[in-house]
Amino acid sequence: MVQFTVWDIFSNLLIATEWTIILSIIAFVCGGIVGLVLLFARTSGVRPLVFVTKIYIEFFQGTPLLMQLFLFFFGIALFGIEVSPWMAATMALTFWTSAFLTEIWRGCVESIPKGQWEASTSLAMTYFEQMRYVILPQASRIAVAPTVGFSVQVVKGTALASIIGFVELTKAGTMLNNATFRPFLVYSLVALIYFCLCFPLSFMAKKLEGRLNVAR
Amino acid sequence: MSLVSIREVRKSFGPLEVLKGVSLEVAKGDVVAIIGRSGSGKSTLLRCINGLETFQSGAILADGLEVGGMHTDVRELRRHVGMVFQQFNLFPHLTAAGNVMLAPTVVNKTSKKEAAEIAAEMLAKVGLSDKRDAYPSQLSGGQQQRVAIARSLAMRPKVLLCDEITSALDPELVNEVLRVVEQLAKEGMTLILVTHEMRFARDVGTNLVFMHHGKVHETGVPKEVFAAPKTPELQQFVGGIG
Ligand SMILES: Nc1ncnc2c1ncn2[C@@H]1O[C@H](COP(=O)(O)OP(=O)(O)OP(=O)(O)O)[C@@H](O)[C@H]1O
Ligand SMILES: [Mg+2]
Repeated sequence: MVQFTVWDIFSNLLIATEWTIILSIIAFVCGGIVGLVLLFARTSGVRPLVFVTKIYIEFFQGTPLLMQLFLFFFGIALFGIEVSPWMAATMALTFWTSAFLTEIWRGCVESIPKGQWEASTSLAMTYFEQMRYVILPQASRIAVAPTVGFSVQVVKGTALASIIGFVELTKAGTMLNNATFRPFLVYSLVALIYFCLCFPLSFMAKKLEGRLNVAR
Repeated sequence: MSLVSIREVRKSFGPLEVLKGVSLEVAKGDVVAIIGRSGSGKSTLLRCINGLETFQSGAILADGLEVGGMHTDVRELRRHVGMVFQQFNLFPHLTAAGNVMLAPTVVNKTSKKEAAEIAAEMLAKVGLSDKRDAYPSQLSGGQQQRVAIARSLAMRPKVLLCDEITSALDPELVNEVLRVVEQLAKEGMTLILVTHEMRFARDVGTNLVFMHHGKVHETGVPKEVFAAPKTPELQQFVGGIG
């Protein structure tokens, strides 16, 4: 049997970490784009649009992420479409992220005083123009801190992709544990790497929050 | 022909009827001062004119467009009807010039250069040429309100609605805003103002409208109405103010 040094384990984990990072970034960026579209629908005041987005958000916020992964991985396969673990993980994490980001951003949009809407309405601006030029520039400042804070959840959420067989940090840990039988060491290193990914993000979120409070 | 024509407008918030059949004709160049107790429906009436509020019955015509009409382009309507608010509602992320330029560029698709010229013209009109690059937070209340007026004027509205635009100001800042409004009146701008400034209503207004319980209770030429109010309610209102 091959002997693994601590360095072997660590370097293998680092290679897999790359996929955790890639999955996180894709989920976050795509989730952000979908979330922005949903935000427009959610705050449009157009009843059917609001209704549909509410259901979407309720579904992705109100069910476990793991179940959503299963749905995408096994569910779509039922229609005869081959879904790789990678595709399933990307889709599930994207939609899951979008639901949370929409809700975070909606809170920011709604915190903008009603007078801003009324003034821009009186200037004959359409809903899109109001969002684009008046509301979002103000709301996005408030949104930065909680959005960065939420990115930590996305990074941690990618760990679940291991269950459907996508090889990222957690899955690599499991495989290395099976090969080395040193669970404490392996999972300590896994945890350490997650911490190194997440801590800067949560630290930054705290900093941004503080700066925003001072600015007021 | 009236520029703004309000006919038997009724408006309820749920069970509360706020406007109980209001009629009012405003001709081009008129300066209509609306006075009345708190809750009498003054703001609601003003907000109905540019479609910020909907109403249940009656009709409003503004510059020939039927407010709330099935075939009316609200955007077109609002381009012709400007509004200035008690709380200024300037866009805090934009400079004074940015505030004034936004609607012309975004709504009217005016070029940046032309919009900048409009902004310069309008800021000069309100006496704030030197503040074009200042953000709202760097301006006094009176200056902010004047920028808000300039912002409305930049759309070159046919009529300007002003809802208690000096009520949120420190007393020493009221006059600089009133002077701007007076100047607009002199230039022939059609104005509908809700105001608590009785002297201003009397001196600058061409028409006075006293609202009471959701109706136009008494109306006429300001000087005459103030000198000899006919209804006991207005007598009491004017007397109460002293
Ligand atoms: N959005 C709303 N929902 C429910 N009721 C409202 C709403 N807006 C106004 N009202 C009510 O309508 C009535 C008239 O309000 P309005 O703001 O028109 O009065 P006003 O004459 O402008 O008073 P003020 O001098 O205090 O500004 C008040 O009783 C008010 O509580
Ligand atoms: Mg009012």
